[in-house]
Amino acid sequence: MQRNLFAYIWRHSRPEQIMILGLVVLAQVFYFMSLTVPKSIVNNGIQGNAFKHTKTIPFLVWEFDLSAILPGKVIRLFDGFQVDQLTYLIIMSFIFLGAVIINGQFKKSINTQKGRMGERMLRRMRYELYDRILRFPAAHFRKVKQAELATMIKDEVEPLGGFIGDAYVQPMFLGGQALTAIVFIMLQNWLLSIIVIALLAAQMAIIPRLRKPVLVLGRARQLSARQLAGRIAETADGVSEIHIHGAANFERADISERLGAIFKIRFDLYQKKFVAKFWNNILSQATPFAIYLVGGYFAITGQMDVGAVVGVLLAYKDLPSPIKELIDWDQQRQDVQIKYEQVIDQFQPEGMMPEELQRIPDGPPPPLGKELALAGVTVSEDGRVKQLDGVSLVLPTCTKTAVIGGASSGKDMLGQVLARLTLPTAGSIKLDGQDFFQLPEYLLGARTSYIGQETYLFPLSVRDNLLFGLKIRPAQPAPYDDALRAEREAFWQESERAGNPALDPNADWIDYELAGATGPADLLPRMVDALKQVELDDDIYALGLRGTIDAAARPDLAEKILKARHTLHGRLQQDTSYAGLVEPFNADRYNRNLSVAENLLFGTPLGNQFDGDNIAADPYVQSVLRDTGLDLDLQRMGLTIAETMVELFSGLSPDNPLFEQYSFISADELPNVRLLLQRLGGKGIEAVPEADRPRLMTLPFRYIEARHRLGLIDAAMEDRLLAARRTFAANLPAELRSAVEFYDFGRYNSAATLQDNILFGRLVYGQAQAEQRIGTLISDVLNELALRNSVIEVGLEYNVGVAGKRLPATQRQKLGIARALIKRPQLLIVNEAVAVFDGRTQDRIRDNILAAAKKDDRGVVWIANRPAQAEPFEQIVVMQGGKITALGAPKDLASRGGLYAELMASA
Amino acid sequence: MNLNEEVELLKGVPIFSKVEPAKLKLLAFTSERVNFAAGQELFHQGDQGDAMYVILGGMADVLIDTPNGQIAVAQLQKNNFVGDMAVLCDVPRTATIKAREDLSTLKISKDMFYRLVAEFPQMAIEIMRELAHRLEDTNQKLRAATAPKAA
Repeated sequence: MQRNLFAYIWRHSRPEQIMILGLVVLAQVFYFMSLTVPKSIVNNGIQGNAFKHTKTIPFLVWEFDLSAILPGKVIRLFDGFQVDQLTYLIIMSFIFLGAVIINGQFKKSINTQKGRMGERMLRRMRYELYDRILRFPAAHFRKVKQAELATMIKDEVEPLGGFIGDAYVQPMFLGGQALTAIVFIMLQNWLLSIIVIALLAAQMAIIPRLRKPVLVLGRARQLSARQLAGRIAETADGVSEIHIHGAANFERADISERLGAIFKIRFDLYQKKFVAKFWNNILSQATPFAIYLVGGYFAITGQMDVGAVVGVLLAYKDLPSPIKELIDWDQQRQDVQIKYEQVIDQFQPEGMMPEELQRIPDGPPPPLGKELALAGVTVSEDGRVKQLDGVSLVLPTCTKTAVIGGASSGKDMLGQVLARLTLPTAGSIKLDGQDFFQLPEYLLGARTSYIGQETYLFPLSVRDNLLFGLKIRPAQPAPYDDALRAEREAFWQESERAGNPALDPNADWIDYELAGATGPADLLPRMVDALKQVELDDDIYALGLRGTIDAAARPDLAEKILKARHTLHGRLQQDTSYAGLVEPFNADRYNRNLSVAENLLFGTPLGNQFDGDNIAADPYVQSVLRDTGLDLDLQRMGLTIAETMVELFSGLSPDNPLFEQYSFISADELPNVRLLLQRLGGKGIEAVPEADRPRLMTLPFRYIEARHRLGLIDAAMEDRLLAARRTFAANLPAELRSAVEFYDFGRYNSAATLQDNILFGRLVYGQAQAEQRIGTLISDVLNELALRNSVIEVGLEYNVGVAGKRLPATQRQKLGIARALIKRPQLLIVNEAVAVFDGRTQDRIRDNILAAAKKDDRGVVWIANRPAQAEPFEQIVVMQGGKITALGAPKDLASRGGLYAELMASA
Repeated sequence: MNLNEEVELLKGVPIFSKVEPAKLKLLAFTSERVNFAAGQELFHQGDQGDAMYVILGGMADVLIDTPNGQIAVAQLQKNNFVGDMAVLCDVPRTATIKAREDLSTLKISKDMFYRLVAEFPQMAIEIMRELAHRLEDTNQKLRAATAPKAA
């Protein structure tokens, strides 16, 4: 990127700038007209100056008045129409209106064009900056803060967009105006004009100088705001540490200090700005002062007539505003230039990856090659400590090599170099004679893979994360209909105008071939396979059971799940050992393991209408309760619950977590309820004021007899609630039909999870191991019906959250490994990636990876976190102090003893 | 069995016997009722302990692993209390508890227990008293066991 903003703007928006300039010049004609026509209307149309001697005057005379150049010379082309005063007034008024409209149109068009050009440039700039982030050397990310990068691209270049539209047009336009006025003054009196020019020159020399500190402060303001953004992000990232170490107030001190510094900068800025403004005003008034004084003197001494002095003054009247705007423009120019430089300076680190290495391949990526040769590879960050020290090694790409060594042996760095995450300071790596570091990224992305100790997951679904490594190029364009296609084409055209690539994220980017599939249809078994290799399939299956599907979108799957429901309930009835573990949803029985609300609704709420506490306040529900005579009983029940809660929770401190977990009444509300109960003094529900009843009403709705065990629902109450359930369903108004999905054994419930759909009932509270046993049963049934993969497919849609935080750390890492495995890399580098798992899991995952690699004759470089892991590999590299100390098959190394034996013994 | 009946039962458990009924009610309300079928284990020797159990009904065996296999060393019945060692001392389970017949228990989780103790220090005092009694009891048994040898 050019360092000069103007050169950058000119390079990318030349035609647009010229076009806008042309429009501006053209617009002046109509602008002038809209100024002169009113004069004619007042003078001739209204006051009738031109009609004093004649009834009609010629109108639309078309002549060139050249009298300014050649006295008396007028070329007349058309004599015009004769019009009377009224017609003249009407016509001129409409001409005025027309000029105003055209003038407005021009303004609109110019502003639109300026805006579009500015936005395009902004888009281009943002894209180029982002593009650079993708090409930053990995080491650079250790120096920059991500929040600062984001602030720069998001906020700091923003004002540039507004300026770009005016970058060239404004100075031309204003300069032209100012020049005209100066020329006019010059024609009147050369001495006055010299004074005016001298004063203007002083103004233009002094004002920018006064504004210099303003600019410096502006730069400081920009930097401090950027650092503030970085600091806030640090607080969010390190929030656990802050709490753990009780350092919140130290952080407060730091932020307060920074805000204080920002305040000082900003306040200084204000002061300097107003000082500059003050002098600006004084200087701009110095010119009329000079004209009065000098012009007046000339007039008195008769060297100049009064008219000329007035003319100069009038001409000068038009001068300050363009001059002032020009100075403002110049100020803005310097400001954005600084902003621009400060941003792009952060985006030109040394060692950026050449654009060429990130190009998109034309076709499927080629195979990797046969052999990697490392020669004297040395990595040293500061030139003294060498993390890798002259490592030379030949690695066939189908190697099965383990690297072992102590914590600072350099094995980790070797892995990073092989993944090109760290560039060696000396030495070379050749892939079949080609420089490893000049290979395009797509080749390594497709044919090699690397997993480090930490994996980053994108806040997408498990599936999207798993397939992330297969998206190297848009393999298959997205299917669009004609209308949409045209729309997309226009969108891409615009992208290209702003220097953005016309790549379609909606296209199918997945390289099925890499995953060993032929298309979307047979990708699922490959995904499940990859998950199995890292033992993540059970977890995703569990997520799938908790997921939902839309029966309308997946009727086949819904049908199969219904079948599983039938099978499961058959099994529950046959096998008496399951007796009492599940209470099925039965329309004719009260379910003691459901809340009162759930029993009444007997379905899953859709939307908010009947969700949570809303059900208690719903007018329809209330009418049902009134009709069935339940309302008073439920309120009575609410009163009992309230009494119990007051009794149980009164002594507890309000912040005790028990409140949130167990109490029906929140800690804030408890005192109010206690007061209410005290006022009642043991009197029944009839004494409760109307206003307090809704509050009591919500309590019984949350009550689950089997769980809360307050003994509030006896057989008679069950029957009455059942009656209310039937009334609720029978009289449900049409507009509320969509607010609930009733439990129906023969129908799939799209609002409920897969598990709830299969179970169609509730686990009974307090049965030991009910959950595990029923879980196993569900799993058995799904396996029998060959539905396990379908459930996993649903689980794959689970969103992993920001940085994958919705998954536990081990699952995140497993998903990261599966992401590397699914593309069956020719060379896989595992850099202590299994360290987070327990010992046995580590070994099993290693075995799975090794077995898969052996089957397809693919390579694995396993950087072992425990030396013992190296045992099944064909070749072992032993490292110490950044150097390779031994290398060979496990048997040979064992016979030689030395460091290898030492490491193995320690493991 | 509803909450009030559970509270009555808890009153009969030695370490809770002197705790106010209202607090016992809270303990019962916030604890889970867990039923075990005959043969199911409440917990296994060596597991990490996360809860203690009050037997509300039924019988259970206390089993200890020995080199010669599991042997039953005691039996638990209504009102007995089991699993407190693992919760109080953070040690693995020192025995396996297996339901001999259908067993109903109140499961008091470690978190809940500590929270209530923190909230009501009186409870801690009662528990200390009970543990001291137990210790005294053990000491006496130890004296009784070592006395003949010394003689």
